[in-house]
Amino acid sequence: MKISIKDVEYVALLSRLELTDEEKVEQLRELNKILDSMEVLNKVDTSGVEPLAHVLPIHNVLREDELRATLPKEKVLQNAPEEDEGMFKVPKIV
Amino acid sequence: MELSTIHGLRDLLANREISAEELTNQALEKIEKIDDKIKAFVTVTKDEAIQVAREIDQKRRKGESLGPLSGIPMALKDNMCTEGIKTTCSSKILYNFIPPYSAKVYEKLLGAGSILLGKTNMDEFAMGSSTENSGFFPTRNPWDLNCVPGGSSGGSAAAVASGEAVFALGSDTGGSIRQPASFCGVVGLKPTYGAVSRYGLIAYASSLDQIGPFTRDVTDCALVMNAIAGHDSFDSTSAAVDYPDYTSFLSNDIKGMRIGIPQEYFGEGIEPEVEAKIREAINKLEELGAVVEECSLPHTQYALPAYYIIAPAECSSNLARYDGVRYGLRAEDADDIISMFSRTRNQGFGIEVKRRIMLGTYALSSGYYDAYYLKALKVRNLVKQDFDLAFEKFDCLLTPTAPSVAFEFGSKADTLAMYKQDVCTIPINLAGIPALSLPYGLVNNKPVGLQLVGKAFGEGTLLRVAYTLEQNSEQTRLEPSLEGVK
Repeated sequence: MKISIKDVEYVALLSRLELTDEEKVEQLRELNKILDSMEVLNKVDTSGVEPLAHVLPIHNVLREDELRATLPKEKVLQNAPEEDEGMFKVPKIV
Repeated sequence: MELSTIHGLRDLLANREISAEELTNQALEKIEKIDDKIKAFVTVTKDEAIQVAREIDQKRRKGESLGPLSGIPMALKDNMCTEGIKTTCSSKILYNFIPPYSAKVYEKLLGAGSILLGKTNMDEFAMGSSTENSGFFPTRNPWDLNCVPGGSSGGSAAAVASGEAVFALGSDTGGSIRQPASFCGVVGLKPTYGAVSRYGLIAYASSLDQIGPFTRDVTDCALVMNAIAGHDSFDSTSAAVDYPDYTSFLSNDIKGMRIGIPQEYFGEGIEPEVEAKIREAINKLEELGAVVEECSLPHTQYALPAYYIIAPAECSSNLARYDGVRYGLRAEDADDIISMFSRTRNQGFGIEVKRRIMLGTYALSSGYYDAYYLKALKVRNLVKQDFDLAFEKFDCLLTPTAPSVAFEFGSKADTLAMYKQDVCTIPINLAGIPALSLPYGLVNNKPVGLQLVGKAFGEGTLLRVAYTLEQNSEQTRLEPSLEGVK
């Protein structure tokens, strides 16, 4: 067992997932199974190997800082579950 | 509409033997008739399709210039944004999302004159290999309704195989175009990373995702690539290289072509009948003048576990945006912001999506980053170096696309068994190189797919080999009887 139910709860909190108790148990079982299957990676000698995050040899793609057309406000808000006076409305934060 | 190709229909349209509106109506009628069984579509855009078809017919009557795909009905996987048309990613969390803008590939296809029939079903957020993980309903394989179409782009593959659409686009993060193409007996291409703009593609794992075509033959594959490939300043991972005319590679000649057969893709884990078919194809290629030789990609077995760290890590970040604030589902009963986020996400995401978010969050979390994520990125480099080395010697590589033919619903309920479906396709995404799945014969009346793997931006070589095989073997041209849906 790589992880415990406490780890599942912590990761669920970080992931912003309000899991049910049954879901926690299932996630625990499956995540441990998957993490066990990854053990094999420890057999690979990666000393001196650079991590490869991205296969293309391109970095820092920039453009001129010029004004471009943006979406009109009504289009930006058209999918909002709740809006008020041109803003996204959410439950109380503080 | 009988199974027909872009290049065949294009001539009929040009000669005015059929109008775009007639063709579109035929496709829509077919969808109406069989899609309650196949379930390839999440949304059918009937009115819009007829409207666009009429406009194209009018242009043709007036003698205006027309794009290369004018009048050809097609389908898009439901993770590509279509302005004004619902785009769900087959997830409850986006069940009502109407994009305010369009994906670049959709704009390009519209510009080429193609007609959108609808949006196709998929594993939720492209996570899965059977389309059973759709948040709405599973799609069925046109060859056998008891079997899955593969995934995650199962709807696109099934729509093309069943003749509902002439071609379709899918996306491929670990095999999601090639494996369903293999299961449904159509041609599927995952282009080189960066060759097709992902602007407007709903992201799963950004260093791996790539859009590509499903078509009924190799010529059509080249035609669709001509329409969608190219640099796009709206996608910062788009490659600014010269893009060829992909049809220029369609020559029936592979004499002297050096084809490598990586031994790690055969034997254990691959169904013997599938392997036998692939060996038949290899013999055929030798007969046609290719120089075939065994080779080794020694880090192959580590690609799958590395992928299941990298892809979930990226997804845990990409899917953080679904929080119920700006679009999609919002849980109703929350009284503070954190519980609104957490309840919305738990209600909106399916079990596999949650699993990958959790796995990725864990792999990136403090104390585990080096052991999992960094390790996986190093292994990824080794996997890529294997391919680099092989391509010093070979023009392309040939493997099975998937370890089996289409399997029955529910038969891969074990998480790891499902993950292993992509064992032959995942290494290619890690290396960012192109690969094409070509149908090659049937096993138990279900299609087998062979995978041709090329060097970066070497799509042309894959098209040439696939085209030659297609011209010289009946086994590459498969058509389901569609018994049981008629």
